[in-house]
Amino acid sequence: MSVARRLVGFNLFTACVLGVGGWYAGWFSAHAVVGPSLDYFADVDFNELSLVLGYIGGVLGFLIGLGFFNYPLARLRGYPPSLREKEQGGIGRYFSLCTDHKVVGIQYLVGIGLFFFIGGLNAMLIRTELLRPDHQVWPAGTYLTIVGIHGTMMMGMMTSGILGPFANYLIPILIGARRMAFPRIEALTFWLLMAAGVILETTIFFGGFPTGWTGYQPLGTEANPGIDCYYLFFALVGISMTLLGLNMIATIVTMRAPGLTWSRLPIFVWGVLSTAALMVLAAPVLIATLSMALMDRVVQTNFFVAAQGGSAYLYENLFWVFGHPEVYVLALPGFAIVLEILPVFARKPLWGYRLAVGGLLGVTLLSFFVWQHHLFFSGINADLRPFFMLSTELISIPTGLTFLCGMMTLWRGQIRYSVPMLFCLAWFFNFLIGGLSGVFLSDTPSDTTTHGSFFSMAHFHYTIMGGLVFTFFAGIYYWVPKMTGFQLNERLGKIHFWTMFVFFNLTFFPLFIAGFQGGMPRRVVTYPHGLQFLNDWVSVSAFLLGGSMLLFLYNFVKSLVFDRIPSPADPWGSKSIEWQLPSPVPVQNFDRIPVFSSDPYGYGEGGRPVVVPAGAPAGMN
Amino acid sequence: MATPAPKRAEHGKRVIVGGIVLSVVATVLVAVFGGRFLPPGNGSVQASGQVLDNTVMLAIVTPVIAGLLVFFIYVLSQFRHRGGALVDGPPLRDDSRVRVWWIVVTSVTVLFLAGFGTFELLQNGSGGGQGPDPIAVPAGTKLPVQVIAQQWQFTYRYPTYGGLETPQLVLPANTYIELHVTSLDAIHSFWAIELGVKADANPGVDNVAFVKTKGPRTFHVRCAELCGLWHGYMFNNGRVVPEAQFTAWVKSQQSDFAPIAKYLPKYSTTYYPDPQRRAG
Amino acid sequence: MRATGFKVLGVAVGLAAAAVLIGLYVSKLTTDNGSKAYTVPVQTQGGHKVVDLQIETVAAVGPQFSPAHPDYVSYLVRDAQGKWLRRTVWRLPANATVHMTIYNFDGASGLRNPLYARPQGIDGNSFMLDGKATDFINPDDTSHTFAVPAYGLVVPLTGVADNAKNQCGYAPCALSMAHHTITFTFHTGKVGHYRWQCFVPCAAGWIDGFGGPMQTIGYMDGFLDVI
Repeated sequence: MSVARRLVGFNLFTACVLGVGGWYAGWFSAHAVVGPSLDYFADVDFNELSLVLGYIGGVLGFLIGLGFFNYPLARLRGYPPSLREKEQGGIGRYFSLCTDHKVVGIQYLVGIGLFFFIGGLNAMLIRTELLRPDHQVWPAGTYLTIVGIHGTMMMGMMTSGILGPFANYLIPILIGARRMAFPRIEALTFWLLMAAGVILETTIFFGGFPTGWTGYQPLGTEANPGIDCYYLFFALVGISMTLLGLNMIATIVTMRAPGLTWSRLPIFVWGVLSTAALMVLAAPVLIATLSMALMDRVVQTNFFVAAQGGSAYLYENLFWVFGHPEVYVLALPGFAIVLEILPVFARKPLWGYRLAVGGLLGVTLLSFFVWQHHLFFSGINADLRPFFMLSTELISIPTGLTFLCGMMTLWRGQIRYSVPMLFCLAWFFNFLIGGLSGVFLSDTPSDTTTHGSFFSMAHFHYTIMGGLVFTFFAGIYYWVPKMTGFQLNERLGKIHFWTMFVFFNLTFFPLFIAGFQGGMPRRVVTYPHGLQFLNDWVSVSAFLLGGSMLLFLYNFVKSLVFDRIPSPADPWGSKSIEWQLPSPVPVQNFDRIPVFSSDPYGYGEGGRPVVVPAGAPAGMN
Repeated sequence: MATPAPKRAEHGKRVIVGGIVLSVVATVLVAVFGGRFLPPGNGSVQASGQVLDNTVMLAIVTPVIAGLLVFFIYVLSQFRHRGGALVDGPPLRDDSRVRVWWIVVTSVTVLFLAGFGTFELLQNGSGGGQGPDPIAVPAGTKLPVQVIAQQWQFTYRYPTYGGLETPQLVLPANTYIELHVTSLDAIHSFWAIELGVKADANPGVDNVAFVKTKGPRTFHVRCAELCGLWHGYMFNNGRVVPEAQFTAWVKSQQSDFAPIAKYLPKYSTTYYPDPQRRAG
Repeated sequence: MRATGFKVLGVAVGLAAAAVLIGLYVSKLTTDNGSKAYTVPVQTQGGHKVVDLQIETVAAVGPQFSPAHPDYVSYLVRDAQGKWLRRTVWRLPANATVHMTIYNFDGASGLRNPLYARPQGIDGNSFMLDGKATDFINPDDTSHTFAVPAYGLVVPLTGVADNAKNQCGYAPCALSMAHHTITFTFHTGKVGHYRWQCFVPCAAGWIDGFGGPMQTIGYMDGFLDVI
């Protein structure tokens, strides 16, 4: 088949063409209606309605090109229902709408990895600027745009950093199903995220945005049109998150195989379930908030404009009602991966299964009641501060349970230091520092010193990068051999781990000092000359940290593209069901739906079978 | 299966004893010396209070870090798998003593922290912005000073001196100051670093914070909330000076800004809304 | 072997594409931001460095200087040949005396904080407005300010009357058109990078008057690059 013929049809190439076409269609249709300049109040030389309609048209064109509208149209025309699309075939599946959850998982891994590296590149640019106290590498405005892209990309994309690749790939397998509950929606969540990532990057063509990832008002309302890219990015991410969460909940609740009771679920599934609950409840608030902010700019509503009867506090509150659960959306899958992987490499059952589940659910519940700790000094009703101080500190109880279960699982185990295990152990160290520095931020008097400073910046990098990104890599080293069928180089993996762990700490620990002792606020382009040594130290470490990421990339490409050493079905000696299947897992997952008789942690408990591959018939898809 | 019981107890004893010893040593060091190094220093009564808070926090997290370090060093060195075929560890799935102790200890710590923080907060507001209706109001007379934030500079007004407005912040020593923080445009945050004051500046909102100055000194003011292009340049220095010097400074400022005095708006806790969609 | 060749080629193409994209991204971030510096010519008088800096303020920068944003309000600087340039980063020597002349062609829009109608941080705390010594102006008559907060420097610029004849539309504006001339003297201090800005909410069409040209270097914001 010639290359040209491959490009014809509903695939990524068509999607990109139609996406660009849709963008211009939206742009010019708005121009045709209201002219090149929207003249509400004065002579703004820009028509934001065109920009927004352009992006909406672009996304629609992109989805049409991928073929998302084919099935609804076919159903309208009376075709019978079908659940699967493009599941057979070669590499082309990865560049089109595919309903195989395993393909979607790999799409997510590569797609999110790509944007993770773009976010990381922006971090390098930030640290380049901060090498010198007041010299300008990037002008002040561009610097804020870089900071904004870095923060927004990481917070937006990495919400699906673990659920995207690993939950999509593994949840159906772990619960003994052949697909997700809504396979097309599953594919939609991925492609929406990709469209969103591109939209965020295009902000540089429209003046960037100065607000960081929080987009506070009225700064957002007075910003350049580039901020529309931020709103659209985050709103699309919100839609993707909501749908992903709904899909996960529906799948886990309704599609578990016989015998897989709630108390036999792998802890990773519990982690996905609680994260999905957070997504479904929190992300709609984000979509609504950003739509309101976007309307304030584009059609001159006044939700957040104080001078016109709106309130900037409304934005702050709504944003953090989403924003605090959001940080647990980032953290909880990390907890779950750690608790899932530890038993395998300690050769012991997961200690305190019920406590671990309780810990996950406790964090999920409490995370909705802490948002105002971001607003301790904002001037909102001060009477509530003791309550939010208490609720924030209470979260350390369920988080502590996760620690306890992990630590007791290691106790008297037979610990093997494979690469995934190293990343999980590093999680304990990083999250300990991150969590305990959070104690300073939750205490209102201490927060007077630390709020909005580099201290809080170091804190959330320890929890999110130390908590999420380390477990993201643990998941990669653990599951990619299953997903691809090829081993990752162990030696390079260990070098990657140690460089990443060391330089991560060398990068972020000094930032505590810069914020605490030096009084350096976040997102500044200048700092006192006395802090130059500290900042230079951090920048150099950050570059080396970036280098360790390149090392990972080298390992990934070398192992999967060049070496291609086949992975055994169960390289880690795990008792979990995904390792009982061949690598990579076949399209239909199981020949027959399995029957579960215990949880997957029966180490040292004799030959109790985890899976009884008999009994129930293959059943309906 | 054949693991003798005494050996198991020994592991636990070693970790607990080691953890306690290291915790006690480290915590005593932190409690004794921590106050000297911890921010924001003793530039004001509120700053000293925050140093106390930071010391207590550090003294509580130190034994946690010490205990967990001992645990992990012990576990990771003692319980490693040494060569050969895979061996399973003992199938321990629960231990009610560990469970109860852990929950009790974490809960007590957390409740103590919240109680202590609330107590400290309600004493004098600990320098934080409390909004227009502060709940922790220190007794006695206070000198009101207004902080007006705008893109991208702070200016200050002294209502008791005829509404004098100036771009410099000078405060009398050993005086209770009542700061009224407001903004003319975007959200800023007034952070007087060495005085231990942080209060967001919102348009149309009067955010009140209290601080009692100590002896004469200089301090840094920075904006701590992202407010646009020049956020990173929005800083200046303030001074705490003796009472007499303060009066003299007020006089000099009054004469300096005399020409503009009649054009300033009447002192008010807020200067918004001001329909500024039009301009140019 | 052939398969390996294809893989190497693929990786090489990927790396090259990444390098090109990163290069384009970084160059996009560094260009088109009006941050190129204009080095102001220096004279020496009695061993002391003296700088003569002439700038003009225009209501709309015009398509000649900024095709992307012709309606932005902006500052321009005059070079030694008398040509106007849209540069707002000015390279000045340290510890020098700066004689500054500002021709303001824009109308008044009024200060949000009237304090800035009082000049500060310049010699004698007064300036010459069309040849007349002035130590304050009516805040409502203010069109813009020239302010260097690190120097404590603020100079209010009186706006052209609404009914003035021969008003300037687009830059560059000739001195025959309606304008006010403001002259004053200040001193640069230590070596450093000092921002300057305007305090009048003069960005037409933006909420609070502080978007667009007020938050983009090259229009109403810039640096004194003191070397």
